[in-house]
Amino acid sequence: MLEKALVGDKKYWVWVISLMTVIGVAALFYFKQYNEGLGVTGLGRDVTWGFYIAQLTFLVGVAASAVMVVLPYYLHDYKAFAKITILGEFVAISAVTMCIAFVMVDIGQPFRALNMLLHPSPKSMLFWDTIALNGYLVLNVIISHVTLGAERQGMAPPKWIKPVIILSIPWAVSIHTVTAFLYAGLGARPFWMTAVLAPRFLASAFAAGPALLILFCLILRKVTKFDVGREPVQTLAKIVTYAMAINIFLILMEVFTAVYSGIPEHLEHFKFMYLGLEGNSTMAPWMWVSSILAVLSLIMLLNPKVRRKESLLVVACIAVFMSLWIDKGLALIVTGFVPSVLGAVPTYVPTVTELMISLGIYALGLLMVTVLYKIALSVRGQWVTKRIIETQRSPVKAGN
Amino acid sequence: MYDAGKVILGIVVFLALVTFPLWYNLAGEVSVAAPELEKAEGSQCVQDAEWMRGHHMDLLDDWRDEVVRDGERYFVGPDGQRMEKSLSNTCLSCHVNKDKFCDRCHNYMSVDPYCWDCHVIPKEVM
Amino acid sequence: MGLDRRKFFKVSGLTALGLAGGSVSKVFSGEDSLGTVAPVRPEGPLTAQRWAMVIDLRKCHEQADCNDCVTACHTTHNVPKWENPKDEVKWIWKESFEHAFHDQEHPFQQESLKHLPALVLCNHCDNPPCVRVCPTGATWKREKDGIVMMDWHRCIGCRYCVVACPYGSRSFNWRDPRPKIQKIEPDFPTRSRGVVEKCTFCEERLARGMLPACVEACKYGAMHFGDLEDPHSNVRELLSERYTIRRKPGLGTNPEVYYIV
Repeated sequence: MLEKALVGDKKYWVWVISLMTVIGVAALFYFKQYNEGLGVTGLGRDVTWGFYIAQLTFLVGVAASAVMVVLPYYLHDYKAFAKITILGEFVAISAVTMCIAFVMVDIGQPFRALNMLLHPSPKSMLFWDTIALNGYLVLNVIISHVTLGAERQGMAPPKWIKPVIILSIPWAVSIHTVTAFLYAGLGARPFWMTAVLAPRFLASAFAAGPALLILFCLILRKVTKFDVGREPVQTLAKIVTYAMAINIFLILMEVFTAVYSGIPEHLEHFKFMYLGLEGNSTMAPWMWVSSILAVLSLIMLLNPKVRRKESLLVVACIAVFMSLWIDKGLALIVTGFVPSVLGAVPTYVPTVTELMISLGIYALGLLMVTVLYKIALSVRGQWVTKRIIETQRSPVKAGN
Repeated sequence: MYDAGKVILGIVVFLALVTFPLWYNLAGEVSVAAPELEKAEGSQCVQDAEWMRGHHMDLLDDWRDEVVRDGERYFVGPDGQRMEKSLSNTCLSCHVNKDKFCDRCHNYMSVDPYCWDCHVIPKEVM
Repeated sequence: MGLDRRKFFKVSGLTALGLAGGSVSKVFSGEDSLGTVAPVRPEGPLTAQRWAMVIDLRKCHEQADCNDCVTACHTTHNVPKWENPKDEVKWIWKESFEHAFHDQEHPFQQESLKHLPALVLCNHCDNPPCVRVCPTGATWKREKDGIVMMDWHRCIGCRYCVVACPYGSRSFNWRDPRPKIQKIEPDFPTRSRGVVEKCTFCEERLARGMLPACVEACKYGAMHFGDLEDPHSNVRELLSERYTIRRKPGLGTNPEVYYIV
């Protein structure tokens, strides 16, 4: 089926080649990091995990969110999602790949990464996270390959795939739970040591992921013949609304516990995050933007009139995505290190190298989404750009 | 066959590319003579030379794990002597010139072990 | 053939070692270590069931300018010296009391304590969180004497242990350390970039019958090293006679470095 990604019009190739260029430039930056060591990043003795691991955390959520289309369609036979389950699964495949890439660029000895499998350590949450993420990747590759293959042949998918799909549902929940356990079980880091970390991760994932899927669906409607229709977008919007409401609720729980108890080792992290600590307020402006976006987007989404108007829904979805990206992809990991275990208040700012490598991995993810969506829509004969439709002025037969 | 010309051309180009190293070496007359390694200073190695040639890396891997992980630092050499399992201190005490022994053969075999990223060559730091 | 030979070599080597080493271990470990204060022995290893350290901060404070233990440790173990604090690698160092004992200071503390530095190093916890989180077994607690070990060959540099350590005792090699080692000590390896390192209670010196470098270097008797399982050892005697504290005891890690304050 991959051959369908190798034919496309000029716009498609310009987009693909631009992404590849970004990936190529990022590879040069990674080469520098590989040769000189992780010292070229902003990370250091006190802030040992930063931008890379934060992206891992955020993207695990995006990957897990595929379950929000898979579950209603396969468990509740919700037909409106028939067309978009494959889109959700392809986002999951791309996001998990990005997660694995972010882990690989973060470790000091990438060529020894297989030591995790050669010397399995079941007490380590990182070992389980590796199993969970790679397993989820394999599951989604199998599921999407089999279902799309069947669709191409015009047949129903084979029966044996159903249990695999059912398995992927709890597995999606597990990847984000285990990722939360990476952090939530560390006595050294009181900021993360909270039982609501995993639920919060899931809530924010089920808001950010479907918000992204809405945006992708609307982009596809604009640039291709694929029209997802109104209903699935509206259902996704409701999912985003509920998940965002729960996410904000859980954040407020965290703030209450820290502020009301007044225990310094909990409170100080929140002070750093929202107000700044000992003159270090690198995170505060971001967190205020995140909070404002969160509240604004929730107000918009709660209002059915706004939600039903797709132009406003787009704004709300971008706000949700940005708010949660700042929360998880920027603040959550770094704040765990400020103040440090020794009570110091270190400053962490990612370097250009770090940002360029991350940009490259995001470009890789977008490239995967593009190619996979191209394949899916080509199989359905819906990958035809608007321009061609207009010039031909006639319904296009299923191409390719 | 569709596009027979293109397919055959593709196969030819592919074959040319994968066999390139062979042609290149034939044309360039690369020396294939085994490098001459410096003789060791001691009288006897921990194993005979032929075995060591093929398996010294396994032996070093075993030593590494035994010393670091099990705390077993000594072995009894062929002549009954108790010796330390140590690359820097035991191996290099006989093979005094790393560049004329280890490196020569490693370069010839085109392998790049990372032992020396950490393990010290005593001569170099003295 | 080659493999068989290798196997034979392994087995015979181990047997021979068992025979040769048997007498050594009988004399220097296990049975007779009870009832003795860990001495320096010319031959054979120093052994204990549970190594522990007692640091007398009062003696340390009297010699505020003394840095002997840090220097001894860092030169023995080829620890690099970085100018940029973010790249720093350290095995033992002086930390202010308020940082080292974050949860035990108060604003009206004795002036002598408040700002005077406390020696900190790996606590060789009985319940080490760094070991729990390591995904490869590159760091582990040694069964025989409780030392928390590091295998720099196996470490993949994920830094999960650095994140999990509540004491900041672990350092990552953010860059190649070699150029920043003033004089390379040939008896000990350096590290490569991309791995985590920390104090190992000088397990390589104990194996040769020597006390840890820091303990040996201390001229003022501020550092004591011995077997916690031995009721008559130097450390047990100090612990039973003096008031001692540990860092962050509430976390349940059971640090094996004790401080007399």
